[in-house]
Amino acid sequence: MKRLSVTRSKAIFKVFAVLLPLLLSGYGLAAASAERSSGASGNMAVTPAVEAVHGGAEAAPEEEKAGDVIMHHILDNHVFAFEPFGSVELPRLSVPAAVPVLGGMDISITKHVVMLWLVSALLLIVFSVVGLKYKTLTARQAPKGLANAIEALVEFVRLDVAKSNIGHGYEKHLPYLLTVFFFILFCNLLGLIPYGATATGNVNVTLTLSIFTFFVTQIAAFKAHGVKGYLQHLTAGTHWSLWIIMVPIEIIGQFTKPFALTVRLFANMTAGHIIILSLIFISFILKSYVVAATVSVPFAIFIYLLELFVAFLQAFVFTMLSALFIGLATAHSGNDEHEAAVAHH
Amino acid sequence: MLTSGIILLAGSLLEPNPGLIFWTAVTFVIVLLILKKVAWGPILGALDEREKGIQSSIDRAHQAKDESEAILLKNKQLLAKADAESDRIIREGKDYAEKLRADFTDKAQAEAKKMIASAKDEIEQEKRRALDVLRNEVADLAVKGAEKIIKTALDADMQKKIVDSMIQDLSTKRN
Repeated sequence: MKRLSVTRSKAIFKVFAVLLPLLLSGYGLAAASAERSSGASGNMAVTPAVEAVHGGAEAAPEEEKAGDVIMHHILDNHVFAFEPFGSVELPRLSVPAAVPVLGGMDISITKHVVMLWLVSALLLIVFSVVGLKYKTLTARQAPKGLANAIEALVEFVRLDVAKSNIGHGYEKHLPYLLTVFFFILFCNLLGLIPYGATATGNVNVTLTLSIFTFFVTQIAAFKAHGVKGYLQHLTAGTHWSLWIIMVPIEIIGQFTKPFALTVRLFANMTAGHIIILSLIFISFILKSYVVAATVSVPFAIFIYLLELFVAFLQAFVFTMLSALFIGLATAHSGNDEHEAAVAHH
Repeated sequence: MLTSGIILLAGSLLEPNPGLIFWTAVTFVIVLLILKKVAWGPILGALDEREKGIQSSIDRAHQAKDESEAILLKNKQLLAKADAESDRIIREGKDYAEKLRADFTDKAQAEAKKMIASAKDEIEQEKRRALDVLRNEVADLAVKGAEKIIKTALDADMQKKIVDSMIQDLSTKRN
């Protein structure tokens, strides 16, 4: 898939090499109205994302347009835009109709899929390097550099997240928790890089990750209690006459946990980006350099730094809650009140 | 129903995208499996190993501390014992010396007394002998005086004078 996108992007880059001067000139605010018609005429190659930015920049007073640009930036897309240098049209794929169940499903490589792959590649590179270092490291040597930095995070997840929440048998779940933590962390951080997109700001991605947590939790519960113990857990230890109320509540509770995970991560990542973009657009809407210098840029930088913190925080929270749910599912009876308290969370 | 839901939410933040879900799942599982083999295994293994190493080091340190404390206690006991021993030896030595001294003084005193006694005896003997000699002398003188008296007329006054002079003589001589 990647190779396909690369060969395609080459062809598109050639087209953009021709159109680049036009695009750059069309970026100026002064020549906005004059360029708009020519931009429209060259619409065949100019991608929606670039056009949207033009629209936002040129027709600033219309607030609807700014909102559209922001949404365009946040939402998933079939185009990977590198404004003003051009954009890459990503391949649209679908499962062959012959495949059962999934037949005809749209599995296009979207912007967020590319980001996921970038994150994965980065994760694999960083962690194979660190893993190799650890293979050569003896117990008496202290890790240095990258290995040391990663170790601090790994140790944190291992002790403060996994061990303190799951307790006995936490080692089994460590690979999942560590992967989720670093996957989300890298997704969050890559979303803060210019031209990057936040894959974790897409509800589908966070939903998938929480579904993984859901399955891990359920399987851990089955393994810890067996089928009988699992069903007993659903009654929350109450009298049988209350089961008609308790069982549905407990079953709903099983699903609200991953739902909460989904929405928390997605909303946090999306909100931060919307705030940054909105602050930037204030200056375009008001058409004022003063506003740009005094409000937009300083506040955007502040929110950006906050986002850096939030990137770590949300990765931690997701991992922490996953560990907590696993811990609750595997904990032995007597923790029901505690579980109810956490379910409210 | 799924399709209608997708159409309903399309374009919004909550737009469902089965393709993205599919790719996320596939990507995540592959990353999880590779990282588990490549990274988490060695890293967690090393961490575990180090943790065990640290624990064993701490244990060893505690053990060493206990051991050294025991040795210290033993040493202190030995020292106290040695102190007591030396005290005892010194005391014994002093006692012995004291006894020895007392013995010597007693002996010396006894010796001195004996010497004094023997000296006294000797003096007594000498005195007796001297007296004997004196008695003989006196007898001799008396005999000689008598001879003289007899030789020179038996005058009473003369005799008396003679005896007196003799006695005078005697006393001066004795002195």
